[in-house]
This record gives sequence, structure tokens and C-alpha cells, in this order.
Amino acid sequence: MTETLMVSIYVFVLAAFVGVEVISKVPPLLHTPLMSGSNAISGITLVGSLIAAGEGHAGLGVILGTIAVVFATINVVGGFLVTDRMLKMFKKEPARKTSRS
Amino acid sequence: MNVLAELLYLVASVLFIMGLKMLSSPKTARKGNGIAAIGMLLAIVVTLTDQKIIDFSFVLIGLIIGSGIGLYLAVRVQMTAMPQMVGVLNGFGGGASALVAFAEYLRLSGDPSLGVWKGGDVSLDVLITIVLSLLIGTVTIIGSGVASAKLQGIIRGAPILYPMQKQMNGAMLLAVLVLGVFFVLDPSRWYLLIIITGLSVVLGVTSVIPIGGADMPVVISLMNSYSGLAGAMTGFVISNDVLIISGTLVGTSGLILTNIMTKAMNRSLANVLFAGVGADYDPTVQATEQRTVIRYTPEDASTIIDGAQSVIIVPGYGLAVAQAQHVLQELVNIMTARGMQVRYAIHPVAGRMPGHMNVLLAEANAPYDILMEMEQINDDFQNTDVALVIGANDVVNPAARTKKSSPLYGMPILNVDHARTIMVCKRSLNPGFAGEDNELFYDQKTMMIFGDAKETVTKLVHLMKA
Repeated sequence: MTETLMVSIYVFVLAAFVGVEVISKVPPLLHTPLMSGSNAISGITLVGSLIAAGEGHAGLGVILGTIAVVFATINVVGGFLVTDRMLKMFKKEPARKTSRS
Repeated sequence: MNVLAELLYLVASVLFIMGLKMLSSPKTARKGNGIAAIGMLLAIVVTLTDQKIIDFSFVLIGLIIGSGIGLYLAVRVQMTAMPQMVGVLNGFGGGASALVAFAEYLRLSGDPSLGVWKGGDVSLDVLITIVLSLLIGTVTIIGSGVASAKLQGIIRGAPILYPMQKQMNGAMLLAVLVLGVFFVLDPSRWYLLIIITGLSVVLGVTSVIPIGGADMPVVISLMNSYSGLAGAMTGFVISNDVLIISGTLVGTSGLILTNIMTKAMNRSLANVLFAGVGADYDPTVQATEQRTVIRYTPEDASTIIDGAQSVIIVPGYGLAVAQAQHVLQELVNIMTARGMQVRYAIHPVAGRMPGHMNVLLAEANAPYDILMEMEQINDDFQNTDVALVIGANDVVNPAARTKKSSPLYGMPILNVDHARTIMVCKRSLNPGFAGEDNELFYDQKTMMIFGDAKETVTKLVHLMKA
């Protein structure tokens, strides 16, 4: 087993624990934005897509890479924007002033 | 290894973690999302400038097309269509991971055309994770596509069952793993990857079609988890830690949500995935039992609400279907202005994805401090004058407490039946998704108001204003 792989496995396991710690605290109120926001983060696979699309040899690999860039960018751009759109709406007080007694 | 690039990837990972952490409070959530987006931008810029990219033309074309589509989807989507939207986005992420795994295989093969293997020794873990990325990524994009099509009503939402379904899915998964082993032993067998992808496509379809509409919150969460896992596997393929970290974060996040959803239904994940609950559900069929309920009008309801001190509103998927969230909040504003105590009681699996109702009501400007979770509010029903149920059914069905044979049995429900008066606004007496007739509708304290939720609530608003 190579050293890089060992380090990667460490990273994987530790990240899983960080994930559990961070995400268990999110209240049900925010579950949908959590899902779309974390979903946008999973678009990080864009990093791999960019490398695949730009490696320079023309061929199937570049075509697949380019499609991957399109997919991952939709995921990233759509995910972050739609999450922002949702979170913008969460307010403590109603926007319209209602006469509360 | 470019040290600066690696360090900046680490910064991006930290920004993701911080962003997710800030999502745990509505006050900081929007900023958190922004911070995560900055992390993503950083990771993209680092990748683009890291000299691994030789030809920018395809990269730029991909980025422009993807941004355009992403922007269009994000701006145009309606809040009621959010479950489909999240499903589709999950799918694109998973699909990208699968494509990257395949492209990396081609790169490793040392020849741009398929079928030639000039690659020397490729380490075992890379080959294994290529197979896993392909499997998980493909199942994610196809499964999410099917789930979204069900939610959008393009295909029937009810479970589609056929004999030996579980066994066939199991056999296909086993076949993928066996073929994967053969591929790892001799990576020049490229055709095995094609077969694996094909089987994964079929698995993506067959694993989602037996799951019915109201179980969709589980499917969407699970696909969310898969899309992260696929990214993490791709991280192993191209040995990139930022992919592993972020993919794993998302993978765990999806799993936690899945777990919350299944717990809220008191069912196991296996039961949700394979039992085909709701298979007999057909919204066009009338309730079979010939029992009578008294029909009330919105006028009757407004008289009762007029005299009430406290009201709890229980929204369900029907609210989303009727797009009644805005007019409902208008009603709430009128009631609050009259000094009544009004709150929403939100069941964890109300709607079609985790937090669905919260997003809809937030869109209607409902202040989030009156959106109550089940545990917070369940004991308050007994001291409440009116429980107003709008478009919810299974989550208020007392059969979940008493009837052992029911598919709902054991599911924690909202104690709507403890309220002094119950008003149920519903299209018809049809049983809910689980196919269980709802005793609540025949309760003497219950006023059934039939009709479209939006029309009924609009009438209530007019009556209350008068």
C-alpha cells in the first residue's frame, strides 16, 4: 500500500467524522438548504473534470472531460445560487408590517 | 506536487467545513453558503492555474455552458419544484464523477482511443476506485433522474413492482462487483467498464422505481449522499484530497439526513428501498369504506376560528401541490393581528424532501420562529383550540399509534387529534400515500372542508377579513 493512499484513507475517515459533527447540528428548518448547499459542494468533482477536459490530447477523454465540466458546473452554479435564493427567504419577522397586539 | 496548490486546496476544504457549520443557524446560513461558494471558486482557480491544464478551449466551453444552464435553473425554478431541482443537481454531480473516472482511465491507458492499453502498472486502489466511481456516479445520475421524473409527474409516482425485483437488483450489483474484480486484474479489458456502466444505468432505474412518492425524502437524501461518495471516490482516482474531503462531507451529510428521514417514519432504510409501500395508492380511486363524514364549509370554519385563542397549522404535500403557501401565511397574519397564537407544526417527512415545508413557508414570508418541529409542539395540541390540517394525511393518521397491521404503524405522528377542534382541508376522503384510511376524518371533533387548499384558504381569508 502506497503512502499517498494511506494518507488519503486517513483524510477520508477523518472527514467523515467532521461531517457527522458539523451536520448533526443543522436543524430540520434548514434541511433543504443544507441538502442543496452540500450538493453544490459535491460539485467539487469539477476539479477533476477540468483536468480531464484540459489535458491536451484530443480524443474521447477530452470529450468526456468536457461533458463532465458542463455537468459539474451546473451542479456548482445551480446549487449555490438556488441555496442562496432559499436562504434569502428565511427571516425572523415577516417582511410586511402586521399590527401585532 | 505543487505545494502552494495543495495548501490552497486545503484552504478550500476548510472554507467548505466552515460554510457547512454556519448552515446550522438561520442567522448565519446565507453567509455560510457564500463562504462555501468562495471555497469552490478558490478550488477552481487553483485547478485552472496549476499548469496541469494544457488546452483551455474545451475547459472554457464547458464552464460557460454549465454556468449558463446552472444559472437558468437556479433563477427559474419554483420553490414548490425544489425537490426535483435538488434531485437533478445531485444527478449532475454524480454523472460528472463517473465521467471523470472514465476519462482518467483513458488517460492512464496511455492512448486516447479505446481498446489500446499502453499503461504500465497502475496501482490497485486507482483501478478499484475507478470502478466504484463509475458505479456510484452512474446510479446517482440515473436514479436522481428517475426520482425527479416521478416528482415532476413525468412518470407515475406510485411504486412500480415486478417479481424478483430485489433478487435481480442484488444479482446486478454482484455482477458489477465481479466484473470490477476482473477489470482490476487486467485493466486492458476496457469493455468491462462499458458493461459495468450499462449495468449501473439499469440499477439506477430499477432501484428507484419501486419507491413511492411519499418516500421520496429518503431517496433524495440518499442520492445526495451518493453524489458526495462518488466525488470522494473520484478523489481517490485522481489522488486529490480536496475531492476526498468535500465528497465525504456531503456523503455523511446525505446519510445523516437519510437516517433522520427513516427514523421519522419508524422504518428501516431497507424497508423504504424495497418494501414498495404505497404500491396500491391510486389518487383517482375513491375511499372504499362507506362511512359518512359531515361536510363543513369555509363559513363554518371561520366562525370557529373567530372564537379561537390558539391555532396550530399542519401543512403537508397538498399545500405544495395547491401552491397555497402565500395565501395561508396571509391567513396567519390576519389571525396573529387579532391576537391569536398561531404556529405551524412541521412533521419531518411532510412534503417530498427534508425541510420542504420550511422552504415553502419561508417563501411566503412566514417567520421561522413560528415553524415548530414535531417534538417542540406535539404536547401543545391538547391546549390548542383549532388544529388546521392542510394537505397532510399520513403524518396525522392515528392508525400509526394503534393499528398494528398498518404500514404506518409506529411512525411518530403529530397529535392533531388532541386539539379541541380539528379542521381538515382536503380534496377528498381518499386515503393517503400509505393507503391507510384516516380515522381522524371521522372523529366527532373533526370538520372536513373539501376542496382545493388554495381556494378554501382564500375563502377563509376573505371571511376573516370581513
